[in-house]
Amino acid sequence: MNSELLIKNGRVIDPANGIDKKCDVLIVDEKIAAVGEKTQDPRLKTQDKGTVIDAAGKLVTPGLIDIHVHFREPGDEEEETIASGSTAAVAAGFTSVVCMPNTNPVIENETDVEYIHRKGRQTRKTHVYTMGAITKGLAGVELAEMGLMTEAGAVGFTDDGRGVQDAAVMLRALKYATMFDVVVAQHCQDDGFAGNGVMNSGYYSTILGLPGIDPLAEEAMLWRDIQLVKKFPPERVRYHAQHISTAGSVELIRAAKKDSLPITCEVTPHHLLLNEECCAEYDTNYKVNPPLRGAKDVEALKQAIAEGLVDALVSDHAPHLQSEKELEFLAAPFGIASLECALGLYVKALIEPRILDWPGLIRSMTEKPAKIIGVDKGTLGIGKQADITIIDPDAEYEIDVNEFRSKSRNCPYHGWKVKGKVEKTIVGGEIRFEA
Amino acid sequence: MALKRKSKQFKWHRKHLLGLRELSAEEITYILDTAKGFEQISTRSVKKAPPLRGKVVVNLFFEDSTRTRNSFALAASRLSADVIEFTKKASSVSKGETLLDTARNLEAMGIDIIVIRHSAGGAPRLLSRNINACVVNAGDGFCEHPTQGLLDVYTIRKIKGTLEGLKIAIVGDITHSRVARSDMWAMTKLGAEVIFVGPPTLIPAQVSRLPVKVSYSLDEVIEKVDVINMLRIQFERLGGNPFPSIREYSHYFGLTVERMKRAKPDILVMHPGPINRGLEMESEVADGDNSVILQQVANGLAVRMAVLFLVNQAAAQKS
Repeated sequence: MNSELLIKNGRVIDPANGIDKKCDVLIVDEKIAAVGEKTQDPRLKTQDKGTVIDAAGKLVTPGLIDIHVHFREPGDEEEETIASGSTAAVAAGFTSVVCMPNTNPVIENETDVEYIHRKGRQTRKTHVYTMGAITKGLAGVELAEMGLMTEAGAVGFTDDGRGVQDAAVMLRALKYATMFDVVVAQHCQDDGFAGNGVMNSGYYSTILGLPGIDPLAEEAMLWRDIQLVKKFPPERVRYHAQHISTAGSVELIRAAKKDSLPITCEVTPHHLLLNEECCAEYDTNYKVNPPLRGAKDVEALKQAIAEGLVDALVSDHAPHLQSEKELEFLAAPFGIASLECALGLYVKALIEPRILDWPGLIRSMTEKPAKIIGVDKGTLGIGKQADITIIDPDAEYEIDVNEFRSKSRNCPYHGWKVKGKVEKTIVGGEIRFEA
Repeated sequence: MALKRKSKQFKWHRKHLLGLRELSAEEITYILDTAKGFEQISTRSVKKAPPLRGKVVVNLFFEDSTRTRNSFALAASRLSADVIEFTKKASSVSKGETLLDTARNLEAMGIDIIVIRHSAGGAPRLLSRNINACVVNAGDGFCEHPTQGLLDVYTIRKIKGTLEGLKIAIVGDITHSRVARSDMWAMTKLGAEVIFVGPPTLIPAQVSRLPVKVSYSLDEVIEKVDVINMLRIQFERLGGNPFPSIREYSHYFGLTVERMKRAKPDILVMHPGPINRGLEMESEVADGDNSVILQQVANGLAVRMAVLFLVNQAAAQKS
């Protein structure tokens, strides 16, 4: 069958191909067939066969990719499922997401990986990928079956939720992974330093009487991992620092990139928009790991983004039940559910203060994260699978957690006004979401 | 006496007492003045007054406590309230009945004031946001213990006349001490200078942003201070190994007879109790002439009566 979809008159932003201009995009049989102005490309003239979308005033970008989400399935389906999570994702403009393996049971073998993929396919919303665990049961002791999981389609490995504590185990993981072309990602946090901390260590943890997590907990592990990465030829290893949150981590990344080490990193919206002071009223919606840091850390992260040191912008969508977030700050679980407002939050954090322009933002949410996980996505190149997001950049809306498609409401941005509304999300040439 | 007159005109409006950090000097003084009026009830033959008659006070204690719980119970009963005791070990896991559910259940029974002690900092604040009853913090994690802070400044004021210009050392595990925090807020607001004394491993993060001085040497501080408050080493909270041994801790931070010889003759020796005799303080010092430890306990009753009285009054005015 020959199906055609034409998106015309939009501002097409495709950073991978250096495109940022008003033109049309033609999709034929689920693939990008042509990008350009209709006067120049004869294929774009025949518009009467299929569906036509008028995207005047809108941005037409590669489908957004979030390489850090928690969809809680299997094990905590009352918080989120792959179905609810990917329904939320597609409404937020994401055409691909990467689930973290810290589910119950942990994603640590090929069957587990296939389960995630199958659930994703059944839901038919976004492409659902998963990372596998680095170590069995996230226990930090024995390596999980990285090879077989890679063959089953795992797009990387992490013990996210915690870091691999033992340096020898991490070295072994990186060494073993050199057999495959795969990224090893780390939630950098030294448990010894972090202790039983529930927020950033500093003035606010002191006056609130809450145990703190020192920034060094993150930096010490990141520093250690960078030394481990240096032991390998750069073409054999790929290391990704997840949700970096401190000024010290930015310095380490800056130095590592200067040395051209195969190291990438990501940040979350909350580490750009919120800081430790938000915890002052013990609102557990601000309890997140890594914790909200100081104002200087926030500035350092923004500076890092301005310098191009940050590869991926993620949500670290971490849904939790209301009843759990109603617990004492000490007892409530870590995490912010922000997938559905992630784009608007990034517009507020980065576009409005002119830290990034639109092509810069889109690049960090498409091309670069796709590269990190090694999938052939994130561009509007001819012949690529047609994953496209259409965004109204100026439309302002108020974040209302009660309208979330996600099952969870643990989101501190309720009532915030943000810009950048997703109009349509196209996955594999099919319109999967329309505002 | 200008302050006193001002304090008479002052109107108390808080239906919760969550901490001393948010209180003004005027509010703290007002509580102390109110407590003064209640002090004599305990010396009468009929030790009761009617202000809380028909009211129900719940002692909701998720942590072990003897003196604070009894003190609140006695304070409530002296004001003619009915008292319910509710003791439960707090669970740090998210299983079983949550704190809010427990409180909502109690509220459904028609209670008026919840006195809560909990191992999690912020637990009283969480309650106050979610229920209608008055909430009085009887100690939350290592955040605050406001009635202890109040009874400490009450005791000092009663003996010294004022806190203005006094130098006060608080010695011990500052990091895990809610008493140190409540004392710091109350004492500095009333014009005293506070010095935290302890090993660096038990001094909290970014203490430089607090209105206190810090010293790692009790020997340097002992000569200078008018009041010394010795904190209990709370083995249950310590975690890790913040000092090498009890022996070494006592060597540097124990209040010994020897050290007391170098103190001002009229120094007040305080302790929030219960004392680890021979550890943070030698028995001779605890029972010595400078010790006001038992007066603290007696004053605690008057202060808690004042607090229960005031929050109840504020709630009545609001409804």
